Formats: sequence, C-alpha cells, structure tokens
Amino acid sequence: MKFSQSALALAALGVVVLSSPVPSATDAVAAESGAATAPADPAVLLRLSPSQYRHSIHDIFGASIKITGRFEPETRSEGMLSVGARLASITDSGLQRYDELARGIAAQVVDERHRDLLIPCKPQSATGADAACARQFFARVGRMLYRRPLAAHELDGIVAAAGDATSVLKNFYGGLQLALTEMLISPEFLFRRFQMEPDPERPGQERLNAYGKAAELSFFLWNTTPDEALLRAAESGEIHTRAGLEKQVDRLMSSPAMEDGLRGFFADMLEFADFETVSKDPAFFPSYTLSAKLDSQEQTLRTIVDHVMVREGDYRDLFTTRHTFLTRSLAALYGVPLVDKTENGQPQRWLPYTYPEGDPHAGILTHASFLALHSPSGRSSPTDRGKALRELLMCQRVPPPPSNVDFSVVQDVNSEVHRTARDRLTAHATEATCAGCHRITDPIGLALENFDAAGGYRTHENGAPINPAGEINRVKFDDPIGLGQAIRNVPAITNCVARKAFAFGSGRMPVAANPEWKQISQAFADSNYNVLALLREIALSDLFYAPPAATTVASTSAR
Amino acid sequence: MKSSVAMLARRRVLRGIVAGAAVNVGLPLFDCLLNDNGTAFAATGAPIPTRFATWFWGLGLGEADWRPKVAGRGFELPVQLQALKPFQDKLNLFSGGEVFLDGQANQTHFSGVQGFWTGKVTGAGDFFSSVDSAISGVIGKTTRFRSLEVACDGDPKASWSARADGKQPAEVSPAALYRTIFGPEYRDPNAAEFVPDPTVIARRSVLSGVKDQRLALAKGLGAADRAKLDNYFTSLRALEQRLEIQLQKPEPLLACTRPDAPPEEQNQAVSLATDAMKRHDLLVELLTHAMACDQTRVVNLSITQGMSGLRKEGDPINHHTLTHEEPIDPVLGYQVKCAWFQDQYMQGLATFAGMLDKVKEGDKSLLDRMILFAYTDHGAPRLHSLRNYPFITIGSGDGRLKTGMHIPRPGDVATRVPLTMQQAMGVPVSEFGTESNRVTSPIEEVLA
Repeated sequence: MKFSQSALALAALGVVVLSSPVPSATDAVAAESGAATAPADPAVLLRLSPSQYRHSIHDIFGASIKITGRFEPETRSEGMLSVGARLASITDSGLQRYDELARGIAAQVVDERHRDLLIPCKPQSATGADAACARQFFARVGRMLYRRPLAAHELDGIVAAAGDATSVLKNFYGGLQLALTEMLISPEFLFRRFQMEPDPERPGQERLNAYGKAAELSFFLWNTTPDEALLRAAESGEIHTRAGLEKQVDRLMSSPAMEDGLRGFFADMLEFADFETVSKDPAFFPSYTLSAKLDSQEQTLRTIVDHVMVREGDYRDLFTTRHTFLTRSLAALYGVPLVDKTENGQPQRWLPYTYPEGDPHAGILTHASFLALHSPSGRSSPTDRGKALRELLMCQRVPPPPSNVDFSVVQDVNSEVHRTARDRLTAHATEATCAGCHRITDPIGLALENFDAAGGYRTHENGAPINPAGEINRVKFDDPIGLGQAIRNVPAITNCVARKAFAFGSGRMPVAANPEWKQISQAFADSNYNVLALLREIALSDLFYAPPAATTVASTSAR
Repeated sequence: MKSSVAMLARRRVLRGIVAGAAVNVGLPLFDCLLNDNGTAFAATGAPIPTRFATWFWGLGLGEADWRPKVAGRGFELPVQLQALKPFQDKLNLFSGGEVFLDGQANQTHFSGVQGFWTGKVTGAGDFFSSVDSAISGVIGKTTRFRSLEVACDGDPKASWSARADGKQPAEVSPAALYRTIFGPEYRDPNAAEFVPDPTVIARRSVLSGVKDQRLALAKGLGAADRAKLDNYFTSLRALEQRLEIQLQKPEPLLACTRPDAPPEEQNQAVSLATDAMKRHDLLVELLTHAMACDQTRVVNLSITQGMSGLRKEGDPINHHTLTHEEPIDPVLGYQVKCAWFQDQYMQGLATFAGMLDKVKEGDKSLLDRMILFAYTDHGAPRLHSLRNYPFITIGSGDGRLKTGMHIPRPGDVATRVPLTMQQAMGVPVSEFGTESNRVTSPIEEVLA
C-alpha cells in the first residue's frame, strides 16, 4: 500500500531515516552458531512467485503451453516479494486460481497437439488405464515439477490416481490430465522447500540438501526450476563440491536464461508488480497509453540487462547512463524524436537510443517506470518519489506520517501563492511535525518535478516555472541529471542492491555484520560494482545456502 | 447539490439503455416450490437461505456532522446518504461508535477497520479472521463458494475479508468473476435433468487418492510452515467441497437466472470514480445473481482501499488528498468536492440494494432475507478520526433485525455493531473484540 497519495501527507516522527531494516535474527550468523544444537525448524516453505511459476511451466512443458488466469497477490516484506514469499500461504480463492491455471495447463499437455511430444509413451488402449506408461510420464514430470525425484510411494500414488480417474472417464489421457492437475496444485510444486540434512564435512551441523541447493541456485540465477543438468549435479552430489558448484554457476551464468534471473530480480526490487494498479487520466496524460505503461517497464529492464549483462558496467552508472531503448509509444511519452521505420500496423520495435548531452533524461530514475509508478494518477508527488528512492534503492525506511496532521496551512490547492508542488510542500513543511520527514524525501523528489505524473517532461506547473534543485546527504544539485550523479555516489545504493540480490535468491536479507557477507560486499566493490560478479560471489558463498533459522519466518502477514 | 434520487433514476435509465439487461435480475420464486408460509422449499423443507453482504467505501462521510438529530424511527437521512432514501424503511444507521487504540499507533486507513472488523488493534499490519468470515463459517458452508470478494478499482488487495490465514484477494474483473461463478462448472439449479459430471467424479477420486501422502509433508516443519500447510489444506478441503456440491442435485430456485457475460475490460486499474462505479454495477449484478442462484451466501465488496485514489474527471487531485486539503464550505458546512465522491459511492449502494430487492423469493425479496452491511475506514477522514463511525445495514436478515432506525451510541465501542451482525446471522458468539474494544452484549434494540 502506498502510504502517501497526498504529497503532503507526510510528517515528522522525531527520528529521521533509519539506516537499514532491523535484522530480525534472520541471518546465517544465528543459524551458523545455533545449527549444531537446535535444528528446530529444518525446512522452510516459500511460495513460488507468478514469474517463477510461468518460467517453470514453460521450461518443463514448452513455451507453447498457454498459462491463462491470474495468481494470488504476492506479499512484500523488507521491500521484496521474494522475502514475502516466506510468509505466503495459499488462501481459498488463491487455490481456486491455482486450480484454474492447473486445469488449463494439464488439458494442453495431454491434448492432441502436445501429447506425442510431452508423453514419452503411447498407452496400450486410449480408453483404459496403462500404469507403465503413466509411470514413465509422472516419473519424468514429477521430478521436474517437484525439483527432486518422486519417492516410490508418491509415484505409486499418482499412477494409481491416474488409473482410477481413467476408469471413471474411460479415457487414458483424461486420467493423466486429472492426475497432472493434482500435481500442479500440490504444495510440493507450489512451495519451494528448504530441506536440510546432516553435513558430513561438519559433523553435528546441517546443510541444504543437494536438490534444495540446485533449486536455490536455479531460481536465483534463472528465476526458474532447475534444468536436467542441475538435477543431475544434485543427484550425483557434485553440487556439494566446490568444483561442482562452480561448474554449475558458470554454466548458468553463461546462458541466455541468465537474463530471466536479472529481470526477475530487478522487477521485484523496483516493485513492478504494483503496475497492475497504475492508471493515469488520459485527459491529462494522453501519451500514457497502455502500451506506454507496459513498455516503460520493459525499457528499464532492457536498459539494466544491457548495462549489467552486455556492457558489464558499474551498477552505479545505471543512475547516469544516457543509453536506453525506446519504442514509438515511449518516444511519444518522452517527447523524443525517434525514427522507427517499422510499417504501420506492425508490432512496435525496440530501438537503442542515446540521449544527447544536455538532455534532462539520464539514468533509470528518469524512466517512466519510476516516475509514473510513484505518482498518484492525477499529479506528481515529490514525497512519494523521494520515499520510493530511499526505500527501493537505498534500503532505508521512511516512517509513516502521523495520523493527526493538520492540513489547514495548505488547504487551498487553488492558491495563487502556492502553485507548484515545491510551494505547497514548503508551506506544509513549516509545520514542525512535518518538516523532519519531508526533509529526507522531498529534496530528492523535487529534483524530479520536471517529470509529470506519467513521466513526461515539463518545465512549468500551473504556469509557474519548476525549480528542480535538490539535495541528498548534504550534496546539492540543480536538476535531475545532478540528482542521478549524486545518487550514484551514495554508498547505500550499492549496499542495497547487493542485499536485495541475496534476498531475491534466498528469501531473506543478509545481515551487514556477518563476516561472509562483508567479504561478498567487498568483492562487489572490488569488481567496480559489477552485478554479475556480485551474483557469482553470492551463488558460490556458503552463506547463501546456510540453514534458514526458525526465527526467519515472521508470524504476521504484511498488509 | 442535485437530488441524488433524481440522479439515481437517471443513472438507471441510462444504464438500461446502454447496458441492455443490466438490471434484469430474474423471476420471482414460484410459490408452488415453497411451503405454505413461503419460508422453505416444499420439496425438502430446507429453509430459504439467509445471506450476508458487506460493502466498503473509503473515507467516511467527510468532515460535516452527519448524525441525524432524531434517534429511532422517523429520522431524517443526512445529505450524504440521500441516495438511500428509497430504502429508509429497510435500513438502519448506526452512529457514534469508536475504535480504541489502547496505546497502539493509529495506522491511518487501517487500524480502525482492523479494530472493529477483526476485534483487535495490534499496531502491526496483521489482519486475520474478519467478521464476515465468522459469518460465512456458519452460513456459507454448503454453497459452492463460502464467500466471494470483489473490488471496483482494480486492486485485488482492497478486500477486508480475512480468514484464519489472512486477507482473501478480491476479484477485480467482472468478466473473470462471471467465469468463476457462471462458467462451465456452473450447474443450473432449474435444469430439468441432473446428471453428475463424470470428470468431477474422477477428480474427486484423484483428490482423495493423494490426500494422505500430502499430510505427511508436514513432518519436520516448524510451526510457521505447519500453519501455512494447514491453511493450504483448509483451502483444499474447500475445493473438495465444491466438487461434492457439483455432484448433488441443486434445489430448484426460480429466482435464479444466469446473467449475460460482461465485456472483458482492457485495463485492470481504474482511476476515475465514475469508472469504478460502472464496474461496481457490473460486479453487484453478478453477486446478486450468484446469491439468487445460491452459489454463495456471503459476498464482500470494496470500492477501493480506505485511502481512495479515485478522482473526478478533469480534476487531478484524488479523493484521499481532497479529504485532507479541501476547505470546508463555510455555508454548507462540508467539503463539497468530497461530498461528490460520497454521493457516487452511496448511489452505488442504492443500486446494489435495488437489485437485491427486485429478486423475489416467495413472500420476501432477496434484500429482505439478508443484511447488506456498509462500513468505512474513518469516522472523519481529515484527521483520521476513529470516532463516530457510520455503519449502515439494509435488509432485515429475514426478520432478525428491526429496521428503519437511527441508533446513536456516542462513545460506545464500535465493535458492538459487528457483534450484533454476527448474532443476527446466527454465529454463536456472546462477545467480540479484545481489551477496550471488547464487547459482551449486542445492540438489543435492533435485534428482533
């Protein structure tokens, strides 16, 4: 929930910005010291995210399987849906939705178009049960779906269930379809499970088992279920050796599927899931079309993938880079003269674009994916944008506004005196109770006031010129370009992306004081903030696979 | 301000023209299907069901003093509720109730509802076991859907309905809601023939076949994970129950008709109040049919989350911001722009009540056999007040509530109204709420 749809609804609470969320014994420091004595909570369930679900189905059954339907909303915790996945259970209407998805998928897997490709055998009779053929199918598919081989009794159970259904329906494929539907709504598929086992190399301690390790790695780097090679490395135990793990990490990182992992991570960190509820008034923002809204997310993800994977650039330069990619819809929104020779009526193409020197656009903060997502539908909010920058990109927490703010000071929004957001906020911030918090959000957000609530460029608001000067950590700047340069040099930016990358894979935030985490952070700095180097460092660390402590799981659900 | 009644009438007419059969809600239940008193089905003697609906609007009734001067019957509806005038005899207006924070922070647009709808203010974001779920736990166990949740602004998190495992997501698309209720799995209760679907029979056998091994999963899990699995199994039982219900021949319900499928919407999100209310009207039509066809007996609607981001066309400032920034008109005594939103919402409530009232089940309308309960997030939104909450009920719950009254209880605990609702709907509770929000007696004067 966005706390401030009003740019003015934020006020001070004594304390200014908190440096980072308070560690809640979630970390491996606790786990490492406590594992020998108290493995009280050896497994943890994390609900698959919608993108993990989609990628898994496409990897197992092929991209031609259509996934129609919607998912239960996700829960965000510590700024990440992947951390919230630890808290998520499956509600009644959530299961209804999974059931709809599962029935749609299972029907396609056994249909005439797909069955020869996806079912490795033909039944003896199309109208009767064939346990041997069903067994072949479920042994393969079950291992992929559950990310581990099925136990004998599990395989027996599902084959028998398919047989029972076949005898009711007098249709082999119908029976297979219903049993597969069942598997697709099973907790073994819908939840990732951290299964621990005794660690033979460190007697008395526990480690993540080989299949759990394969899954953790795969969801981290590819945002999908482990492939055959990873499952084999788990089966042979190779993944437990340093050389074996390195081989898999390097293999995954050199694959094009690495892009899916990066996209999944940054979409989570930048809260793109919230675009579902974003809508702007076409009367005010005619260029903010549905395709502009969708393209703006893609613009940012493309820019990140290009910068991080192709150029292997410094993460900090994402806030200053003039390189990006645009479509016609976005060019119209930004007022950029883009030459696209695509025929009318053809799908829009993505074209690389470099903003010229002196252009007010540079870096991902000037993308509509940031500017529009953190604005109410009708007008921009420097407070919302400043808060988002602090929370999403710097891992800081801005306190909520107190409930009893008196707004009489700025009652008149049609005031001739307070025409711009800066004027109104300045008036509001004369209130002592409000000034403290607005000081930490507004000077950042005001620098982006040259961009309206949809991300379009402007120089005036209500006829008055906009002054985009601002300040962060006592560094002053004159405009959005200056903001990008100042943000680039704030240490919290790199700490935050590293912490959130770890959380994306493991479902928990690392604790800054952990010695192994310090090493990972240092290696990231030594690489000139190369995100790929960071991901590799995390994927090869012991910390990443350390037993999740029982206390990791909070008892309350997030709003 | 224009007369809301006139506006409502015009809206109806327009909708009738634009949306064709939008307010066509079925035929009366034929008396021959009912017993002599018109209170139960003749064939089985099963009583005609009682239903419960909740309807949430954000940001209260604004800053004005909306409390009627007169208590009991014969009160004058405040200007903010003029749209409900046609239902004055069937409604009750509760005023004065308060949520107590007991030292917790007032989480704006949240703590109040947390207090009166779950019974406890926790200072955190947890929201479990809402009043409607206690009610659906009693009256919703035998229908396909224990309850249905919808939201009108495209936000699936706008619902306040929560079971033991937390909030239920809301359906935001009328087209998708139609498919859920009236899609291929829907069995027409009035169909001449009933043949159980073999796929459903097979499905049921598959589910029971693998259930036992699933229970073994819980082994070795910690408490939090076991709780998650418990929730999963509860959801799975509900799924099984839906299959069971699909295999039983339904009671004939001649007030039940299958509505037309609404159009697919282009964009999930909505930012204009008028667009949200158009979607509202499509959603309540489907919910009305769903109750008339006994697919569910409990429905929960939210227009938005408490902090409504809806706007009036042409105005860049949203309702929530206006509640804080708009001056109170010195002559009228209320915020004029905010009142426009309240009126939009209340016209929607009147539309819903009107649809329910048109469905005739024997001697009474569907509205008469249910309670439509309307509530909001703040007593007065500008300073996020938790005092003087307006609660509205429409319908008597099949004679369990007296109606037509204003019940002022200044300073009383707001949870007393939800306790009264639970008792009226047959939930066996004698108290509700914790600490200062705990109540041990209902509002007797409305219980019939």
